[in-house]
Amino acid sequence: MGTTPSKIPGWLKSVLYFLLIVATLILVWEGYKLLAAPDGKYLRGTAQVKVDDQRVPGPLCQNFGLCEVELPIRADDRAMPHVKDMAVTIFEPPRRGSDVILLSILIDASLFTLREAVAGFVIGGVLGFLLGVAFAHSGLMERGCLPYVVASQTVPLLAIAPMVVIWLGGYWLSVAVIAAYLTFFPVTINTLRGLRSPEPTAVELMHSYAATPNEILWKLRVPAALPFIFVALKVSATASVVGAIIGELPSGIADGLGRIILNFNQYYATGPEKLWASILFASLTGFTFFLIITLLEKLLIRHQPSDI
Amino acid sequence: MTNPVVAIENVNKIFGEGTENQVQALKEIDLVIQPNEFISFIGPSGCGKSTLLRVIGDLITPTSGGIKVNSKSAHQARLDRDYGMVFQAATLYEWRTVAKNVQLPLELMKYPKEKKEARTREMLTLVELTDFHKHYPWQLSGGMQQRVAIARALAFEPSILLMDEPFGALDEMTRERLNLELLDIWQKTRITVIFVTHSITEAVFLSTRVVVMSARPGRIIRDIKIDLPHPRNSDTRENVRFFELETEVREALRESENQGV
Repeated sequence: MGTTPSKIPGWLKSVLYFLLIVATLILVWEGYKLLAAPDGKYLRGTAQVKVDDQRVPGPLCQNFGLCEVELPIRADDRAMPHVKDMAVTIFEPPRRGSDVILLSILIDASLFTLREAVAGFVIGGVLGFLLGVAFAHSGLMERGCLPYVVASQTVPLLAIAPMVVIWLGGYWLSVAVIAAYLTFFPVTINTLRGLRSPEPTAVELMHSYAATPNEILWKLRVPAALPFIFVALKVSATASVVGAIIGELPSGIADGLGRIILNFNQYYATGPEKLWASILFASLTGFTFFLIITLLEKLLIRHQPSDI
Repeated sequence: MTNPVVAIENVNKIFGEGTENQVQALKEIDLVIQPNEFISFIGPSGCGKSTLLRVIGDLITPTSGGIKVNSKSAHQARLDRDYGMVFQAATLYEWRTVAKNVQLPLELMKYPKEKKEARTREMLTLVELTDFHKHYPWQLSGGMQQRVAIARALAFEPSILLMDEPFGALDEMTRERLNLELLDIWQKTRITVIFVTHSITEAVFLSTRVVVMSARPGRIIRDIKIDLPHPRNSDTRENVRFFELETEVREALRESENQGV
């Protein structure tokens, strides 16, 4: 009674905050473009301007000696297309002679890539968990194998991906395996840490009940590790989307975001907003996956308020 | 005479034997504990009282010597679930509700569902926490958490309750109240309690016997019978005999410190 009850439900608040952040980003983007002179290279007012067919220094240059101050990032419409143009382009067909709009192509491609990412996430998550359990149970395994697990992550994904395609062939499973390669590592490390997180007395308690190693694992170590594992799963969810997009390139898969990003990259000069729109959808895909895992976490770990 | 609950004969425990950091935690311990006793181990830090508790509970294996618990090995007693343990930290599993924490040992011991639930209700009534069965540990005060830990330790009716400074982290008021509650539980269940503490007052108030230990190496230097009448209550603490016994324990402790140096 003391505090005024908030009428806005929590989920709506999150959505509003999210929209506020999106709006701020758009403002910053467009505001930066406003700062630039028409050619996008110099700060507005410091570059030369055309007056009666003659090029004269801008007002800031004339009055304050601030001449041709270069912006750190070019802000012309090629480097940074208007948000409005990105919005418009997703409702237009990207190719002549077809009336399928970009939005529908991007949604299909995102779902396709998300499927590969989820498969890779599951493979990597299960593998990562099992490795974590193995390492937690055997110091010998940990000392023997953990260095190789760490070393595996120092090899660039771009080098691994073609190998996997050569071994498994160019279809979705290869992409999933490539995504799994990015996914399993954080899960292994966090599972290991989480399984070791219980206090010594919590383990002693189990021993005093003459609990078997299996019971200690499932009734104590795994529940104690869950918050740690979910931290890794959230990282892995977004990483698996990145892995899937990269994996699509050597696999020659044309239905996912990878090929679309590659294509629009090649035709960037004629339609930069299309690449930007694809980037937006790639990040939305990762974000959606992240949200699904966060939801799952809230369902599984109810004993305390969780923060993302 | 009845069979003792615990019979310890010439037990030694050396940690890190053969290394530079070798420590003799227990030296030539002989101790017999009878059924329904409430026995306290008291001594300076590092005197091995917690180690002795764990040796009895088969959580630590002694370097040499013999232990019989309920006329069998300590290991067999642990496998037979003869021990209920309570630690200084309540050690509740934070992902389990109060009721689920109390049920943990019953789950492991494959109690049927009805018996498990009935036993949980009984235990929560005993520690006066019935209204909190759906709460999570973080929603309880330190004293309440420790009461849940006691309920959990007693749920499967072990014959020995091992308590390692269970009230050491609580404030004085809570501690005194829980001391009374523990005595009440002990009288109701007639369980044998082995209790490790730093507090002279607590040891004398609760126990039928106080075992005073010295440090490095950990040895038993005095075994003091506490002949205060039962039931004990707040007035017991003002009893003349209570002060005499406190003084006796205190002097024994001072002696033990001198021996340590």
